[in-house]
Amino acid sequence: MSAVPLMDAAALDRALTRMAHEIVEQNPAADALAFIGIRTNGVPLARRLADKVGAICRCAPPVGELDIGMHRDDHGLRAELPVVEPSHIPFDVTDKTLVLVDDVLFTGRSIRAALDAIMDFGRPRRIQLAVLVDRGHRELPIRPDFVGKNVPSARRERITVRLAETAGRDEVVLEK
Amino acid sequence: MRFAWKHKDLLGIEPLTAEEITYILDAARAFKQVGERTVKKVPSLRGKTQINLFIEPSTRTRTSFELAATRLSADVINIATSASSLVKGETLKDTARNLEAMNADIIVIRHSAAGAPHFLAARLKASVINAGDGAHEHPTQALLDAFTIREKFGRLSGLNVTILGDVLYSRVARSNIWLLTKMGAKITLAGPSTLVPRVFEQFGCRVTHDIEEAIRDADVINLLRIQHERQRKTMFPGIGEYAALFGLNQERFARAKPTALIMHPGPINRGVEVDSEIADGARSVILQQVTNGLAVRMAVLFLCTGGKL
Repeated sequence: MSAVPLMDAAALDRALTRMAHEIVEQNPAADALAFIGIRTNGVPLARRLADKVGAICRCAPPVGELDIGMHRDDHGLRAELPVVEPSHIPFDVTDKTLVLVDDVLFTGRSIRAALDAIMDFGRPRRIQLAVLVDRGHRELPIRPDFVGKNVPSARRERITVRLAETAGRDEVVLEK
Repeated sequence: MRFAWKHKDLLGIEPLTAEEITYILDAARAFKQVGERTVKKVPSLRGKTQINLFIEPSTRTRTSFELAATRLSADVINIATSASSLVKGETLKDTARNLEAMNADIIVIRHSAAGAPHFLAARLKASVINAGDGAHEHPTQALLDAFTIREKFGRLSGLNVTILGDVLYSRVARSNIWLLTKMGAKITLAGPSTLVPRVFEQFGCRVTHDIEEAIRDADVINLLRIQHERQRKTMFPGIGEYAALFGLNQERFARAKPTALIMHPGPINRGVEVDSEIADGARSVILQQVTNGLAVRMAVLFLCTGGKL
């Protein structure tokens, strides 16, 4: 198996900065914005995006952590079970514009599960989707609003996102 | 993070490892949070059918399993003793075959015979959950007790847990003994010598027949219900005598650690095992045990049906 680097730390940071500007552009009322990261990698990415958006609009958007283990559609079909943890959404989602954040958008099934999981907490005004990498191969009609990098990939390839918060360094690699 | 959970059934605590117990307790934290939300339901077991087969009476455990399944979006059927064909002479094996023919995915069984859940589990594709078999095991009770203790103390290892009362006939005691020893807690068993025989020392427990000594250093006092239905006259001193010698009253409780927790699997015989003031007092976590029971049962149902085995 060979690994092709797709993004280094600087490229990852530039992508997040650009995404933050796009988020502010599309949401002039930044005080109604909140970020929700999908565990595991979506959470640190959501925090970084919230910090960048906060610096641009001089506000402090809240950040929540979402666990989608109970909402997945492959219960009973996996060899290994996810470690389910409590979600942590420290604000009322009702009437907020939520930016849902994940590292890699692939089939769209995680996002479907996340949308259902969020609705259990209330009725947001709107949900937008921000992903660091969109690798294609969607199985559901889901599209991202903000993308760090589009990566055409083959189905059997793996895209691994490593983040300083959990893996000690920032990088995105394609494993063939 | 991923964990390889390899059991289709939960038949007892004895076969589980400390790692598996920790995994269930961790998962239960997430399910407890579901019960605190506006929408107290997740879709994990959508389309699954659970049959609660209670051949022995139970309100709390059956309701808890029913609510747990409902909150996971499963459909639940309850079969109680009086309504079942077992009173018409059907064998457990035939009942099991019929349940299988109805494509049940989960069977929660309570039975007066030890081993009844194992009998079903060996014959059925469905997940079998032991909700109490004779005086053998009651695994989800031990898990919810452990969850409650861990929630209060942050750990199980090193704690002194005293189990007081009718240990001999108690499946709750046995499951608790298995679980707590695997997790590194120190167990003291106390009660009348007829109901707490020395043979329990073989499980690695301390056995005493002096209640004051038993509760002095306890971090947790788990009171067992006097099981009138399982008592034989020769084994039990009588309710008045039991309350006088072994009941937890204010005077005795005053000599326990001020941080000691009071637990009881229910239903309580007030004034027998424990005085009302203590059962309803600040150190009592009896109702929190009920809340946590739901979370733990959701976790167990989720895990036993979740893997591709």
